[in-house]
Amino acid sequence: MALLEVRDLTVTFYTAEGVVTAVDDLSYSIEAGEKFGVVGESGAGKSVTALSLLRLIESPGRIESGEILLDGDDLLEMTETEIQEVRGNRVAMIFQDAQTALNPVYTVGDQISEAIRHHLDHTDEEARERAIELLDRVGIPDAEARYSDYPHEFSGGMQQRAVIAMALSCDPDLLVADEPTTALDVTTEAKILAELEDLAEEFDTAVQLITHDLGVVADLCDRVMVMYAGKSVERASAEDLFYDPKHPYTVGLMSSIPRIGDDRDRLQTIPGSMPDLISTPTGCSFHPRCPYAEEACRRTEPALTEPETGKPATVGSERSARCLEYTGELNGGLDYDVTVRDDAAAPTEGSQ
Amino acid sequence: MDLLKFTVRRTLASIPVLFGVSVITFGLVHLTPGDVVSQLVAANPDASQADAVRLRREFGLDDPVWVQYINWLGDVLTGDFGEHFTSGRDVSALVWARLPETLALGLFGWVFALLIAIPGGIYAAINRGEIGDDVSRFAALSGISIPNFWLGLMLIAVFSVQLNLFPTLDPQEPLLSTSMLWWLVLPGVTIGTAASANLMRIMRTSMAEELNKEYVTAARAKGLPERTVVLKHVLRNSLISVTTIAAFLTASIVSGSVVVETVFGWPGLGILFVEAINVREINLILVITLFTGVFIVLANLLADIVYALLDPRIRHDY
Repeated sequence: MALLEVRDLTVTFYTAEGVVTAVDDLSYSIEAGEKFGVVGESGAGKSVTALSLLRLIESPGRIESGEILLDGDDLLEMTETEIQEVRGNRVAMIFQDAQTALNPVYTVGDQISEAIRHHLDHTDEEARERAIELLDRVGIPDAEARYSDYPHEFSGGMQQRAVIAMALSCDPDLLVADEPTTALDVTTEAKILAELEDLAEEFDTAVQLITHDLGVVADLCDRVMVMYAGKSVERASAEDLFYDPKHPYTVGLMSSIPRIGDDRDRLQTIPGSMPDLISTPTGCSFHPRCPYAEEACRRTEPALTEPETGKPATVGSERSARCLEYTGELNGGLDYDVTVRDDAAAPTEGSQ
Repeated sequence: MDLLKFTVRRTLASIPVLFGVSVITFGLVHLTPGDVVSQLVAANPDASQADAVRLRREFGLDDPVWVQYINWLGDVLTGDFGEHFTSGRDVSALVWARLPETLALGLFGWVFALLIAIPGGIYAAINRGEIGDDVSRFAALSGISIPNFWLGLMLIAVFSVQLNLFPTLDPQEPLLSTSMLWWLVLPGVTIGTAASANLMRIMRTSMAEELNKEYVTAARAKGLPERTVVLKHVLRNSLISVTTIAAFLTASIVSGSVVVETVFGWPGLGILFVEAINVREINLILVITLFTGVFIVLANLLADIVYALLDPRIRHDY
C-alpha cells in the first residue's frame, strides 16, 4: 500500500465572482520514502493540494470531495483532534517563505521544541535537546546559542533551515515542501535543496516537493506530476518526463527553461496564461494555449490516459497524460522533438 | 539589562513632555478672564479695591506671567506646589488626600475595560463575519456613542433605584475595604465603558489581521490545538498594537473621572478640579493638571515597556 493516496480530490473556493475549482478531481500516490515532485505555473493548484493534505484549507475554500488516505486512514474522515495528531507528526509541512512562517515573538528554539513537546512524550529538557540537535543537523552553527535567538536574528537561509528542522522535529512519514527555496538566492537554494535531500534520506521521509522549477525536480525527485488548472496533466518518473514528455504543456514548460549557451534572443514562453478557474475552457483546459490544438480539443475533455496503451490511467499507472492524442482522437498528432543534451536537459546529480 | 536601559531612556525622554504640559497649562490658566482675588472680593462685600491690590501683590499675581511661571516652576522643583488661596492650605496636601479615591476609580475602570475588551475582541475575531462578531460590533458602537454622564445616570436609575443592588450615597467606607468594591462598581463601569468599547474593536481588528498571517497556518500545521494557536501564537502578536492604544485611552479615563465623579458624588480629584476651576485656584488647577500629565506620561511609558516585553524586535532596536 502506498504511504499516501489521494483519490478524486476536489477543492473549491467560493468567491464573489463565482466558484473557483482550485483542485479538480486530482488523484496521485506517494510511496514511503519517495520524492514526488509537483510542478506547474502559479495558480495551478499546487499549494492548495498541499494544504489539503493537512486539512488546512480555510474559508472560503472547501474540500468538496475525495479521499486522502495516509497508510489507509482517510484524513478527510478524521475528527479535528485526530487530524491534529497527524499534523506535524505524521505529515509535516515546509512553507514557502520561512520569514512569515515563523512567529516573530517566540524564539526559534521554542517554536521547534513546541511541536516535540506536543507530539512526543518529551520533557521540556529533552525537547530542548532534540531541538538543538535538529538545528545542528540542518546546518545552523552554534546551535545551542542560536536556540534562544528570535527569527529576526536569523538570515533568510537560516530561517528556512530552522523551518526544515521544525518540520522534521517529530520524524514525519511525509514532508510536504511548498516551494521551500523560492524566497532564497540561488546559492542558498542549492545548499538547502541538497540538505533537504540528505535529510529525507536520513530520516527516511517521503517528500512531496512543490515547485515551479523543473531544474529542482530534475535534481531531487523520483516521480513528477505536472499540474495545470487544478488537474494533473502528466505523471511520470522524473527520467521519463525529461527524456520523453507526453503532454504539450510539459513540453512548453521545459522549453521555457533558459540554458547556458543558448543563443536565442528572447526567452521562450508558453503563449497566453492560465485560464480563469471560474469558467474553465470547454474540452481540454490547455487547448487555448496549445500549438497542436484541434477542433476535438475544444469539444472533448481528455481523460488521464496511459500513453503507451491508450487505456484510462489509474492512481497506480506508471505513466499518464491528459491529451486526446493517446486515445487516438487527434488528427494531426503532437509534433515536437525532444533533443537531449547531456550537459543541460538530463537529470543531474547533486549540483551544488 | 537592555530593558533597564530602554526604561531609563524613555523616562528621560518624558521630562520635556511634562515641561511642555506645565507651560501650556500655565498659559491657559492665565488667559482665562478673572482670578481668585476677584472671586474672593466678590464673595466678601466688606473687601475694598485696595484689599484686592494688596492680595494680588501678596499672591504674586501682579507680576508678568513669565515671572510668575519661573517662580512657580522653581517652587515646584523644590517640592512646593504653592498654597490654596481660599483656605491657605498646601495644595499638595489636598491632592494627596483625594488622589487614592481617583486612582481606585480609574484602576477599577481600567481592569473592567480590559476584562471586557480583550476576551470580547478575541471572540469577535475568531467568529468574524458571524453573529457573535455583529453583536460585539453593536455593543462596541453603543459603548463608544453613549455619553458617560448619561450612562452613569441610567446605571443609577436601573441598578440602584429600581433594583436596589448598589448603594447610591457617597461612599462612607474606608477606601481599602471589600465593601468599597461595591461602591466602585457603578462609577467604575461608567468610566471604563468607552475605553472598553474602543479597545475591543482594536483587539478584534488586530487579531483578525494576525489570524491571516502564515505563521498561524504554520502553527496549525505543527498539530497544535486551536486554543494554543490562538492564545499563544496569535494573542501575543495582537496585543502589540492594543497596548499602544490602551495607553492613549488612559487619557479618556482620567478626563472621564471629572464627569463621573460629579455624577456619582465621588470624592476624588475630578470634583476637586471642577471646584478649583470655578474659583480660579491657579495653584490647585496647575498641580492637578501636572498630576494628570505625569499619569498619562507614566501610562505611555508603561505601554512602551510592555510593548518591548511583547515584541523582541523592539528590544533589539534599543
